[in-house]
Amino acid sequence: MTVQLRDLGPIDCDVHPPTPRMAELLPYLDPHWREVMVGRGIDGLELASYPPGSPLTARPEWHGPDGRPGGDLEMLKREVLERWGVRYAILNCLHGAMAMFSEDMGAALARAVNDWIAKEWLDRDERFRASILVTPRSPELAVAEIERRASDPRFVQVLLLAAGETPLGRRAHWLIYAAAERLGLPVGIHAGSAFHQPMTSLGWPSFVVEDYVDQATTFQHQLLSLIAEGVFTKFPRLTVVLIESGVTWLPAFLWRATKEWRALRSEVPWVDRSPIEIVRDHVRLTLQPVDAPAEPERLAAVIEELGSDDLLLFSTDYPHWQWDGDDALPPGLPERLLSKVAVLNPRATYRRLAASEPEESVREESVARGIVS
Amino acid sequence: MVRHVVAPVAEIPPGGRKIVSVAGRQIGVFNVGGEFFALLNRCPHQGGSLCLGERIGLVLSDEPGVYRYSRPGEMLRCPWHGWEFDIRTGQSWCDPKRTRVRTYPVAIEAGETLMKGPYQAETFPVSVEADYVVVEL
Ligand code: FES
Repeated sequence: MTVQLRDLGPIDCDVHPPTPRMAELLPYLDPHWREVMVGRGIDGLELASYPPGSPLTARPEWHGPDGRPGGDLEMLKREVLERWGVRYAILNCLHGAMAMFSEDMGAALARAVNDWIAKEWLDRDERFRASILVTPRSPELAVAEIERRASDPRFVQVLLLAAGETPLGRRAHWLIYAAAERLGLPVGIHAGSAFHQPMTSLGWPSFVVEDYVDQATTFQHQLLSLIAEGVFTKFPRLTVVLIESGVTWLPAFLWRATKEWRALRSEVPWVDRSPIEIVRDHVRLTLQPVDAPAEPERLAAVIEELGSDDLLLFSTDYPHWQWDGDDALPPGLPERLLSKVAVLNPRATYRRLAASEPEESVREESVARGIVS
Repeated sequence: MVRHVVAPVAEIPPGGRKIVSVAGRQIGVFNVGGEFFALLNRCPHQGGSLCLGERIGLVLSDEPGVYRYSRPGEMLRCPWHGWEFDIRTGQSWCDPKRTRVRTYPVAIEAGETLMKGPYQAETFPVSVEADYVVVEL
């Protein structure tokens, strides 16, 4: 598998640069916010969903010399770009800007992080692409930031956290979807919580393991909310990417959602197709972590139940500790999916990637690498 | 095909229904605004008594928050799992091509005509003065 993946020049759809410290962001904040951050001593805005010391947050060898998860630019280039021959890596910076209660502070920080990413990462290696961070608490400010950054084609997606204030299908969020659709940006929903609400529908759990395992149900709630509230009817060209969702909960969820839709669809008449069809047309999932059976040969059967070869997008989820050794692709992933997952699906999902390559050269290169015949 | 007289028209007013047993089959006869339709009383999903279901309208939408209500009483909601069926065609709303309930031709005949031709009416006498619902199967 290893050699083949490299040969394809995969597109890594979920890579995390180290979360910038406040000192690194200060040059990107305006004087008011700079003074606020320094004056109040605000720092350490890692998301609480990814505590820097948690084993999940970084594989042991993917800490920098100072212990920082993800290390630095050189480490990321070596461990992701060089190691897998990555063609593009989409950087999803997990930063507390997305979780602020203050709309203005959230917007100022999101703006700073986006500009930091552009300058410190995108400008330094042409294989980098990035998601636009926004403050979902204020859809207006989020849209302003999307519009500001979308003029740079290296930003290929809008990033939201899986658990924010309210269910993502709610109309309050529609301004964001309208902007994303208009600008050809998928909306990436990344595991993690702003912790404005309990992570479970039962209330607050006690342990990180509960937070993290429950992410899979959070994704289900959000996907159902997006479908039931009619987001994909309202925005027919919108794509949503579920990032770090675990993947294999999806078939059982769709069986249930489709069964109940048949009975209750008159309550949501705008859901005029089955959830299975809607997901096939509008939803994509990054590959890691994939919640797989212990026996690799059984994974194919589970993947088969997704009912489409177009849904999965290659991701290492660097530096999160989701897999060991060189198994960036889960053992047992059917061979026939390899080029779809590694290159074709990401390219079809993130249309801005394709826009930066002349069509003719893409085709020639794809034939040469055996991606298409 | 045998024509079965299943009820006097007056017995099934608009909006009404009657479940009849014909040749060993349970059949629901529906009056939709003066037009009659007959469906097998067996849901194609898992065999529920579909014809006992609630008669509802058809609600459609092109946009979230917009409810286009039409055809009141022309849909049947299966009492078992709530799937909707079109009384006129027998088709389910969610999967019209593959999931449909068996329908039968229905006609209204005058008692006088029925007196002449071959027909079956096991349960009640036919009179010349009345009109009758006739199901063919
Ligand atoms: S039996 Fe009629 S919907 Fe299931």
